[in-house]
Amino acid sequence: MIGPMLAEAFSALGANRLRSVLTMLGMVIGVGAVITMLSVGEGTKAQVQATIESMGSNLFIVQAGSAQSGAVRTGAGGVQTLTASDAEAIADLPNVTAAAPVAPGNAQVVTSYGNWSTQIMGTTEDMLVARNWSLSSGYSFSDSDVRSASRVALIGRTIVTNLFGDEDPVGQTIRIRNLPFIVQGVLAGKGQSLDGRDQDDTILVPVTTAQRQLFAGRFGDTVRFIMVQASSTDAMSQVQADMTALLRDRHRIGEGQDDDFQIRNLAAMADSAAQTAQVMTLMLAAIASISLIVGGIGIMNIMLVSVTERTREIGIRMAIGARQRDVLLQFLLEALMLSLLGCLIGVALGVGGAWLIKLLGGLDTVVTPESVILAFAVATGVGVFFGYYPARKAARLKPIDALRYQ
Amino acid sequence: MPEALIRVQGLKKSYVSPAGSVEILHGLDFQINAGEFVAVMGPSGSGKSTMMNILGCLDTASSGTFEIAGKDTSKMSSDQLAGLRNDVIGFVFQGFNLLQRTTIEDNVALPLVYRSADKATRRAAAREILAKVGLDGYALSRPNQISGGQQQRVAIARALVGKPKILFADEPTGNLDTTTSHEIMDLFTGLNRQDGITLMIVTHEADIAQYADRLIRLVDGRIDYDGPARAYFQERAA
Ligand SMILES: Nc1ncnc2c1ncn2[C@@H]1O[C@H](COP(=O)(O)OP(=O)(O)O)[C@@H](O)[C@H]1O
Ligand SMILES: [Mg+2]
Repeated sequence: MIGPMLAEAFSALGANRLRSVLTMLGMVIGVGAVITMLSVGEGTKAQVQATIESMGSNLFIVQAGSAQSGAVRTGAGGVQTLTASDAEAIADLPNVTAAAPVAPGNAQVVTSYGNWSTQIMGTTEDMLVARNWSLSSGYSFSDSDVRSASRVALIGRTIVTNLFGDEDPVGQTIRIRNLPFIVQGVLAGKGQSLDGRDQDDTILVPVTTAQRQLFAGRFGDTVRFIMVQASSTDAMSQVQADMTALLRDRHRIGEGQDDDFQIRNLAAMADSAAQTAQVMTLMLAAIASISLIVGGIGIMNIMLVSVTERTREIGIRMAIGARQRDVLLQFLLEALMLSLLGCLIGVALGVGGAWLIKLLGGLDTVVTPESVILAFAVATGVGVFFGYYPARKAARLKPIDALRYQ
Repeated sequence: MPEALIRVQGLKKSYVSPAGSVEILHGLDFQINAGEFVAVMGPSGSGKSTMMNILGCLDTASSGTFEIAGKDTSKMSSDQLAGLRNDVIGFVFQGFNLLQRTTIEDNVALPLVYRSADKATRRAAAREILAKVGLDGYALSRPNQISGGQQQRVAIARALVGKPKILFADEPTGNLDTTTSHEIMDLFTGLNRQDGITLMIVTHEADIAQYADRLIRLVDGRIDYDGPARAYFQERAA
């Protein structure tokens, strides 16, 4: 039964090839748009996730300066009140696994191979712990390196590529702001950060070296911020409260006075970034699915025309024994075939679109099997939903009325 | 006692239009037995087609009873009526009513599709019946590639493929020239004489009606004559 009916539906659609193709176009565009949009959303989500993982977990950034100090707004970092010993004190708090002071700056770096302008971070070994960074070769700097402000450096992969080419940099000398540093280790690759920066384009040096030698006069004994890692997500609120109390005490801030520092919870920021990505995916998909509905209405429209045009055919079929359900099935199959064929082409188009966006737009896109299954499920639903009414209209015709139709 | 295939009692049909209800058939009574060859005559507009459509289960009566093969059709569902149209009744139209996009073979086999017969069975049955109506070799042609007489043969083949008990034909020669008309009538006669198929054929031409054994004449929705065809025509000739 279904075999000849499928062939029948196929030949009916083939008899009006241009019309069938134009009708399918709605589905093709709708499905294509949904697949592409979902792939962009998925890609963004995956990117955010990877970044969150690369960033390290349960992180705080403690910055100098308050959001609001009296009537005068001072930007974060504007007042330099945080010191490396603040970081040491924070590290001694319960449930704190690492507290890394950071004194950053930009500098020109030169080797015999080339020169490169990059970001230098004066920090301590805790940075590697907090950011979950590891070394692909060499070894990290030690407390004594920090204490003695030695000229040692850990360099990212981008630095290696640009300043050493294929050579092994460990043990070699680089000149940062004309001062010679020994490369002690190479950081393992991290990729892009949440805001799209290359995390491998960086050099770590002991915080004291940065303060006294590289950026002398800029920091004194202060740092720009302290990166703090709590031992667990659950401990974060306790750690935040402890840090606030500790720093207020150390900075001798009286009751009722504003903090001279700011604590930002990176986990919360990452969460909200992930949520934004999710909402964006849903919104894009919702907009795209409007075209699916439009496609469905197109199918319904054409099926209604088709039923009217083929009223006599329906009459003939009924006259030789087609039951209502046979006629219903015939037209439903045609509608389904239109929407599923459209969906198939749409999926191909969507996958192509996702690939193009990745190629030309530089956005990460991921086509998941779920989105393809979803597309086919929706297409089936659209075909049945929008095909049912015209099919039922055909099936309910009285044989003699259908036969008499001119 | 011959088997009554069709039994019609007090059959009435009215059409409802905005202008009101108009009764076209005013109560018909007759019976048709298996193996009969009946011609239906009558002036244009007398209700012949209206009656045939009801007998062919394409339309329903307004009142009265119509039994086919012992079953009362007035209580049947649309699916049951479709079943009757599929395996008890064959219907041949004046305008052939073939599917233009479909091959001759598939047109003929179409009733079997609705019986869920497999492709091989359908093809074998269609080829056999096409041979019988003299259309060997046309299986893969399309309706617009053959003549009117051939198209009517295809329609007859389609009506026969399900091995019905009775064949209704409403002016089957109405669109055909005289020679072709007689060829088609010879085919019908053979089906009745050799295969024992019950026939009921509407025509307004006397020389077509003369092929039949029995004649029913309708005038203004009433039966004006019901008896042997030969007697009717002899009486008229005298
Ligand atoms: N669907 C219809 N609605 C209203 N009147 C109809 C319809 N079909 C037929 N009639 C009328 O019924 C009468 C009988 O028609 P019909 O059975 O076709 O006659 P015949 O076949 O004998 O020429 C005619 O007067 C015709 O106008
Ligand atoms: Mg008529």
